[in-house]
Amino acid sequence: MVEQSQDHWLGSRLQTDPLTAGFVVIGVLFFLDLLRRLATGTVRPDTVATFLWSGIVFGMAIGLAGIGLAMTYSILQFANFAHGDLITAGAFAGWSSTFVIVGFGNIAMEILLLVGQPARISSQLGISVTTAPLAIVVGFIVSVLFAAGLAVGLDRVVFRPMRDQSGISLLIASVGVALALRHLIQFIYQPSTPSVVHDPEVPRQAIPVGSGSFTIDAHQVTLVVVALGLMIGVHLLLQYTKLGTAMRAMADNEDLAKITGISTERVVLYTWLIGGGLTGAAGYLLALEQGFLDLTLGWDILLVIFAGVILGGIGSIYGAIVGGLTIGIVSQLSIVWLPSEFTTVAAFVIMIAVLLVRPNGIFGGVTSV
Amino acid sequence: MTTTATEQDTASAEESRTATGESTGDPILQVRNLQKRFGGVVAVDGVGFEVEQGTVTGLIGPNGAGKSTTFDLITGVQNADGGQVIFDGTDITGRRPEQIANRGLVRTFQIARELSEMTVLENVMLAPPNQLGESLWRSVLPGFRGGVSEQEAELREEAWETLEFFAIDHLAGEYAGNLSGGQRKLLEMARVFMTDPDMILLDEPLAGVNPTLEEKLLDRIHELQSEGYTFLLVEHDMNVVMNHCDPVVVMHQGKRLMQGAPEEVRQDERVLEAYLGGEVEQ
Amino acid sequence: MSDGDAQADDTTPGGDTEQSVRDRIWAVASASDIRLIAVTLLAIYAIFLFLGIVGGLDANGLYSSLERVTFFAAVYALVVLALNLQWGYAGLFNIGIAGFMAIGLYSMHILTVQIGLAYPIGALGAVLITSLFGALVALPALRLRADYLAIVTLAFAEIVRSILGSQRFAEFTFAGFDIGFGGATGPDGTLPDPVKFFLYKHPYSLRPEPNAFGEFYFGLFDLFIIDDSTAEGILYALFLSLFVGLYYFLLVRTGNSPFGRVLKAIREDETVAKALGKDTRKFKITAFALGSALMGLAAILWYTKRGGVTPTNFEPEVTFFVFVALIIGGAGSNTGSVIGGIVFGALLFRGPVFIERIINQRLEAEADPTTIFDAFGGIDPFIVYTTDNLSALRVVLLGVVLVILIQRRPEGLLGKRKEIASSIDLEDRTGGEN
Ligand SMILES: Nc1ncnc2c1ncn2[C@@H]1O[C@H](COP(=O)(O)OP(=O)(O)O)[C@@H](O)[C@H]1O
Ligand SMILES: [Mg+2]
Repeated sequence: MVEQSQDHWLGSRLQTDPLTAGFVVIGVLFFLDLLRRLATGTVRPDTVATFLWSGIVFGMAIGLAGIGLAMTYSILQFANFAHGDLITAGAFAGWSSTFVIVGFGNIAMEILLLVGQPARISSQLGISVTTAPLAIVVGFIVSVLFAAGLAVGLDRVVFRPMRDQSGISLLIASVGVALALRHLIQFIYQPSTPSVVHDPEVPRQAIPVGSGSFTIDAHQVTLVVVALGLMIGVHLLLQYTKLGTAMRAMADNEDLAKITGISTERVVLYTWLIGGGLTGAAGYLLALEQGFLDLTLGWDILLVIFAGVILGGIGSIYGAIVGGLTIGIVSQLSIVWLPSEFTTVAAFVIMIAVLLVRPNGIFGGVTSV
Repeated sequence: MTTTATEQDTASAEESRTATGESTGDPILQVRNLQKRFGGVVAVDGVGFEVEQGTVTGLIGPNGAGKSTTFDLITGVQNADGGQVIFDGTDITGRRPEQIANRGLVRTFQIARELSEMTVLENVMLAPPNQLGESLWRSVLPGFRGGVSEQEAELREEAWETLEFFAIDHLAGEYAGNLSGGQRKLLEMARVFMTDPDMILLDEPLAGVNPTLEEKLLDRIHELQSEGYTFLLVEHDMNVVMNHCDPVVVMHQGKRLMQGAPEEVRQDERVLEAYLGGEVEQ
Repeated sequence: MSDGDAQADDTTPGGDTEQSVRDRIWAVASASDIRLIAVTLLAIYAIFLFLGIVGGLDANGLYSSLERVTFFAAVYALVVLALNLQWGYAGLFNIGIAGFMAIGLYSMHILTVQIGLAYPIGALGAVLITSLFGALVALPALRLRADYLAIVTLAFAEIVRSILGSQRFAEFTFAGFDIGFGGATGPDGTLPDPVKFFLYKHPYSLRPEPNAFGEFYFGLFDLFIIDDSTAEGILYALFLSLFVGLYYFLLVRTGNSPFGRVLKAIREDETVAKALGKDTRKFKITAFALGSALMGLAAILWYTKRGGVTPTNFEPEVTFFVFVALIIGGAGSNTGSVIGGIVFGALLFRGPVFIERIINQRLEAEADPTTIFDAFGGIDPFIVYTTDNLSALRVVLLGVVLVILIQRRPEGLLGKRKEIASSIDLEDRTGGEN
């Protein structure tokens, strides 16, 4: 097919085409309905606040994880289906480290390394962000480093030899990586869902809303704050470093990147390092927030991350952040209308709708970073 | 007048062609004020011209003048931002490429687009319109396939003759992806001829084709011209244009610079300037 | 041998039809592609027999393992053939296979078990429903690039799985019928096993009694010391193989035709196909709907043997397995698809399970190692741990195979094959036909 022209960011934002207008109208209708429900008392304000808050928390994680996916999409031109399992791998590695630090000397090393397999030891360790802050910081760093290293390693072995191949070949290879990675983790850690934090230890705060209240806990706050910090870091990197300029240039055009004097392969290396690191961070924080690890931690949210990335305009990093946040909030708020088991269905439906009517995304229309 | 607005019937097209033979002075193709932008680049900027039935009209202009994009807009491969295309008395602006092709207006691509993992014969056999076997049930259900293979046997003969004419019959069983650049261009032409068109747009068809074959091709084009086919030819070799095209349309920066007999074009100052300017820019 | 002859037969009724039929069968059997498939299958049987004998299986164990191998080879061949039409021919990158299989199977369950239609009618209805869903997905997805189509189809399959597994639709009323997807554990009621109808008088009574054919059939297998349930499994495997033959026949005819030619052209360069006057949308929808329907039917044939239906049977991994199988055989080739299905289903999918069984029989390990650290205590614990976790390692292996294939041999085991899309032999100008 002939390439679609890439609208200028501002240009496309100002462009008022009927499809985007349709999206806006539907969004406004839902919002009005929400107000109506609040006014008539069918939905309580504190319920909405709860959904909104959990949507923000989930959305920040999705947005953070989406940065790496958007980076590889724009710079290497393929949809990386191994991204979800990179999240999982990072989380497992990080939590192994946290367990080792907290339980060192008291519990056998191998049990700690396997995050308490087969016995459940999370209550014994009593981990939370306030009881074991240092172990959590170290575990977080290990997650970042491990996922970054793994991403680079996988690139060396799998993707680099395929640089000249089509995006679809790379996509298929990434499916192979996803399958292998997830089941390798399963082989090592066994299929189960170990708790990682000790729930009673997590500080909580009730926030009054209307006649009721909603609760925020310290781990959710940690996730949101750390994710926000990392997002700002990525922004500074992209805007104010030579590497960032090269990355933005390469997302647009490979030749352009050469002007900055940074070699293509260097940019690719940093893409994996940064994207992978952020992915590991997201994995660690997600497990912290939900309180347990899961072999399908990343795989289960991969499509939701795609949804965020697509909503933001595939390949756009800022789009991925905004898209992820939106998808997170919308999917949680959908519980107002749908049974709670359909939150991801709501996210997928939005994603499909965006792909069909406006494949450039609704927030951007740029394919660049 | 050779055609009616509802004309889509290939049989009646055949008749009208043989009946008229030479150029009649009727425009078969009218291009009006076509526009196309790519982001900041205005590729086609209001070009307009007419092609008369039964001519070999040349379309020339420096690189980047917008010739290939104009072809894309005429044949529906890309959508125009503005303007109008009228073929055979019908407004075909905004029609889908397959609808335009089925009306008898087909084109080749500047960079040959062979179907690489199909053999040369498969490439050529794809082209004939409305094949019985294109309907799934006829091809699959027992009892109906006889008609399909019968028609295919007829088309096969035609395909072989076409390949022979373009001197690529020795490659019939090759994957098209294994052909040389020139051979691919020939294959593309063979393919469009097999669609049984009324008018053919050729985008630099002679690039990479050897001189003997080039002569033969041009002869064949004139032969078909005398049968009533119409050609619009983009060509860089000025000798070819001067000797084989009449009239010649000159494009520059997405606009029509001028139109006239080869002699007039050759002597026009603006044309010389456009080409020199283009040369300098490169 | 050709359909040209078939035509000739039609026009001269009462001609030497018998001769022609015999010719035709002979032509099919001697075709090198069929031989290739047969040789592959026999080689795989030989491997399993050898391992089984070395592993000390008795006769019944050997037959039953061959039966299992045939079963998985056949079911994978069916789905792979269907995918080959969509992806191999038309280049439509559908990674929602599991979704279409689920729709086919759940429709079958609703139409037969819940509404009470007979097996063949239920199957027909389920196939139609699946093809409608295929068309429904294809319709808007036509405009999408391959990678977006992949994401959309995968999301579609996941939506299907969530809905089928949801509590909300566990039971509901539709058009006056009380039906339901049964939630996370699947709907109640066993799907009818078609093969049982051939063998028993009342297949679903508590102790089904064989009918005349059943008596004969089981008696025959008794001679070879094969028990009834294995014998029944063998008949099911044969039943599946018959469908593989049907799929193959149907899809070879689809591929080797002007229709197949347009599909290939769409895969190679859709713009060209359009510029030559082909309404590619029509072809894409048809191919997608037909492929989806065949996936649905494959799922029906797969799970009517098992009887039960749950949403967990349709996780995305199923889809990826089918892709691995097709890439092994070589996308774009029907023969390759069958071979890919056989190699995958038998060696990669069934092989590890078979080896696990044999090793477990041999190694009655002292203490069961439960963690990977226990496994490093010695050779035996390591082997036991590995075999215990073979289902995980098997998928690791599949992932690695997929990566290596796509890197080194994307054209599959058989390499590039010329399966010319035409109903006749195009190169033989004098009139010889396919
Ligand atoms: N798909 C496209 N995207 C962006 N610019 C294009 C595209 N196609 C053509 N152009 C630009 O449009 C102008 C006209 O190109 P073209 O029609 O190919 O000229 P010609 O065939 O006369 O050499 C050129 O400046 C070219 O770079
Ligand atoms: Mg050009």
